[in-house]
Amino acid sequence: MNKPILELKNVKTVVNKGTANETTILKGINLKINEGDFITIVGTNGAGKSTLFNVIGGNLQADSGQILHNGKDITHSTEEQRTTFLARVFQDPKLGTAPRMTVAENMLLAIKRGEKRHLVLRKLKQNMERFTKLAATMNNGLENRMTTATGALSGGQRQALSFLMATLKRPDILLLDEHTAALDPHTSLNLLHATNERINQDHLTALMITHHLEDALTYGNRLIVLKDGQVKADFKGEEKESLTTEKLYTYFED
Amino acid sequence: MNLIVSSIGQGLLWALLGLGLYLTFRILDFADMTVEGTFPLGAATAVTAISNGINPFLATLLAIGAGMIAGLITGLLYTKGKIPSLLAGILTMTAIYSVDLRIMGKSNISLLGKPTLFNGNFLQQLPQFFDSVSVGLIVIIIVTVLMMLFLATDYGQGFIATGDNPTMAKSLGIHTDSMINVGLMVSNGMVALCGALVAQSNGYADVNMGIGTIVIALASIIIGEVAFGDLTLNQRLVAVTLGSIIYRLILLAVLQLGFSANDLNLISSVVLAICMMLPQLEKVVHLRKPIMKGVQPHE
Ligand SMILES: Nc1ncnc2c1ncn2[C@@H]1O[C@H](COP(=O)(O)OP(=O)(O)OP(=O)(O)O)[C@@H](O)[C@H]1O
Ligand SMILES: [Mg+2]
Repeated sequence: MNKPILELKNVKTVVNKGTANETTILKGINLKINEGDFITIVGTNGAGKSTLFNVIGGNLQADSGQILHNGKDITHSTEEQRTTFLARVFQDPKLGTAPRMTVAENMLLAIKRGEKRHLVLRKLKQNMERFTKLAATMNNGLENRMTTATGALSGGQRQALSFLMATLKRPDILLLDEHTAALDPHTSLNLLHATNERINQDHLTALMITHHLEDALTYGNRLIVLKDGQVKADFKGEEKESLTTEKLYTYFED
Repeated sequence: MNLIVSSIGQGLLWALLGLGLYLTFRILDFADMTVEGTFPLGAATAVTAISNGINPFLATLLAIGAGMIAGLITGLLYTKGKIPSLLAGILTMTAIYSVDLRIMGKSNISLLGKPTLFNGNFLQQLPQFFDSVSVGLIVIIIVTVLMMLFLATDYGQGFIATGDNPTMAKSLGIHTDSMINVGLMVSNGMVALCGALVAQSNGYADVNMGIGTIVIALASIIIGEVAFGDLTLNQRLVAVTLGSIIYRLILLAVLQLGFSANDLNLISSVVLAICMMLPQLEKVVHLRKPIMKGVQPHE
């Protein structure tokens, strides 16, 4: 049994503390994520999926419980500190890239994810060839737009770039929050394929939130159902293989 | 001819203000009001130091330091105090007014008969008004080249990303709060330098000399962008200086039309307001976003 790469122990989060609107969103999450896990996460709107990612990513602090990375307590480390081992892709294509910077400049920012940035010249030209090759792996013409400001790219290209940037420097944990939801069906499928390929090839540990039950079943080796701030089900290996959309759907009825 | 040379000299000196605001308003998307206070602060610090016998070069450095502290205060009010950026700047700016009076001890100090950066031996031999052109040119070249180098470093790229998309910047581990603080320090240091140079060139410092500085700086940025169209970042920095010179030449023309120097703030504001109201121009002017952001507290 290998040690979990990330572990959540009874994690709870409360918002609007001390006001009439005080609500507990995550109600005691226990989760062990092993190296190489590709976990798909489903759940109703408001179940707390994005909140779970925010707590793992550190832009929301857990109010109780513990988060361990390779056994080390990171419950109170900041979002910036966690970027040394964690990368994320957001649902909104606008959030993942700097619009006034070019594709290549964005990639250059991403290869230094979590590193201290020094007053040394950026060396964009030296990286251009490598970046162009990487961009070509996304199969959407990104490699021809290397010097275009990302604000001028299509949503699909931007999202592909965001994904590429998240994996440029290998993360221990990759968080994908409905990262294809804003794209048309064809573009979305393309990016999902590319995502799956990259995760499998590089043996990345990834968590992917999706509202498409078929996708949740097709991809990954593990599936988690989140409901009302709690893990309602956790299917692994064979169990996940034999799961059907009908069965999964029952978790959405109440 | 003399008037044109003098306008170019003024344009070069005041271009520092535009470059300083370029860092905050344009790159960081931070509507920084501190500069209305930092400009006279730089002037007050330098002039007071010089009249107390301090070497003009050192006095100018002191002014830059004072400006940087002012920028840091606004930065901390925003990042740590969670005060919306517009208000944070206004608070610092207002406080500086008192500080200026403390520094100078009165509202106006003259440099008559004192040494300044503009009356070195070499500069004395130049024809009239060429002193500010020379000093302005040297300072602008140094500052512009340093800015270009800074923005092309790993650190500078993180700085640009902070203004462009803070969510993304944070998700890549960029310390956006410290970037904002550094940006405000550098920007206000430059504005204070501008104030120190303008005061030495004019021969006096006055507590009220900051009124209108933001509008003047934004006008030169916008004139540069409108006049030269689509530019790279480095070209844009040069365009700020050219815009500042054009702005001074326009003012010269306006004065020739019979307006008085007292009308300048009115004219500058009207022109900027019109630019902001025209939808085609607002794209270029790009002020709505930093200003709307400026009323939100830092999350
Ligand atoms: N900062 C906050 N303040 C108040 N309520 C919040 C906050 N963040 C999230 N919530 C609430 O917590 C609940 C869970 O939100 P979350 O975004 O995690 O859901 P989700 O599972 O990602 O939903 P979706 O499928 O719609 O993306 C929602 O009811 C939401 O309104
Ligand atoms: Mg969500």
